[in-house]
Amino acid sequence: MFDLFRPGHSFLHRLPAGTKVLLLAVSGTLVFLVDEIVIIVAFLAVVLTLYPLARLPLTSAWAQLRPALWILVAILVAQGLINGWFVGFFVVARFAALLLLAGLLTLTTRVSDMVEGMERGLWVLRYVGVNPGKVSLALSLALRFIPVLATITGEVREAQKVRGLDRSVIAVAIPVVVRTLRMSDEIADAIETRGYGP
Amino acid sequence: MNTKDIVYIALFAALTAALGLFPPLTLPAVGVPITAQSMGVMLAGALAGSKRGGLALLLFAVLVAIGLPLLAGGRGGFGIFLGPSGGFILSWPIAAFLIGWLVERHKGDVPFVTSLIYIALGGIGVVYLIGIPWLAFAAELTLLQAFAGSIGFVPGDLIKVVLAALVARGVRRAYPGLGDGG
Repeated sequence: MFDLFRPGHSFLHRLPAGTKVLLLAVSGTLVFLVDEIVIIVAFLAVVLTLYPLARLPLTSAWAQLRPALWILVAILVAQGLINGWFVGFFVVARFAALLLLAGLLTLTTRVSDMVEGMERGLWVLRYVGVNPGKVSLALSLALRFIPVLATITGEVREAQKVRGLDRSVIAVAIPVVVRTLRMSDEIADAIETRGYGP
Repeated sequence: MNTKDIVYIALFAALTAALGLFPPLTLPAVGVPITAQSMGVMLAGALAGSKRGGLALLLFAVLVAIGLPLLAGGRGGFGIFLGPSGGFILSWPIAAFLIGWLVERHKGDVPFVTSLIYIALGGIGVVYLIGIPWLAFAAELTLLQAFAGSIGFVPGDLIKVVLAALVARGVRRAYPGLGDGG
């Protein structure tokens, strides 16, 4: 599966997925309640030291920040000019810490473990009238559909290339959606034929 | 919620993910990258309907949160939701739901111009209504500043509204059985 997971045996790798999600949610909330820049910088330093502790290279920490870099720079400059550089630095440090912390979860947890952990936690949904089995089915179907859709899109673009239409969003999207809708109807029929009833 | 609903929810979640694979287009005038991904939101609402469309985008958000690199540019992971653009992603289920709800109020086909308005209401209106306050809160900006920072995306969004409406109309014509049992 194409995920962002980096294999390893560190304590962060071994921690259950649910625990890591919970820790992230708690610290993500707490960080927004703090107004003290010293605490944010200390938090950022702690998160950064977790990378070598999890045996992750610092380049992978950088990889967490790089996609958001231009947004961070834009925020720093905007804040710096409007509310002062102190606020700008504070906001950017907070974002960096959160992105790095969330990155740790993503890098040290297999998607399959996340899905499994979630499915184990799904039973709570029963109390709000949602069938956990159905959620689980939707989850696994979607994971299976993504590579299938990429393949179908490739095929349709190939076919439209002959007509010189492979760059046209509409000429590609309509056949892709129609083909996948037909496929979905067949899959739904196939599931029902096999007497699926969660 | 029957089996077909579940399969459609999964399909439109996956479709939104697949749309993120298209290389982003950069408008020369504004310099802001446009990704095809938010068309998934519009199509889910316009084709799958309120409940299925909304849940499809909720499922998509869950897949991103658990660490799949499904957002345009290969981004993913829980950090997205805590970051500046988190509100935009979280607004998608509501946007798809609203588009679906508006479309469902019509008995027959929705006139093309009306569908443009519906898709714009959800795909631009709801998305900015939630995304901008979140950006303002998370980046400690005023609402006006956050709005000014996001306005560059509107031309691209308008193009996507038109494209999504055209695709939705084309799909409905080519696949009239759509929406049975929904």
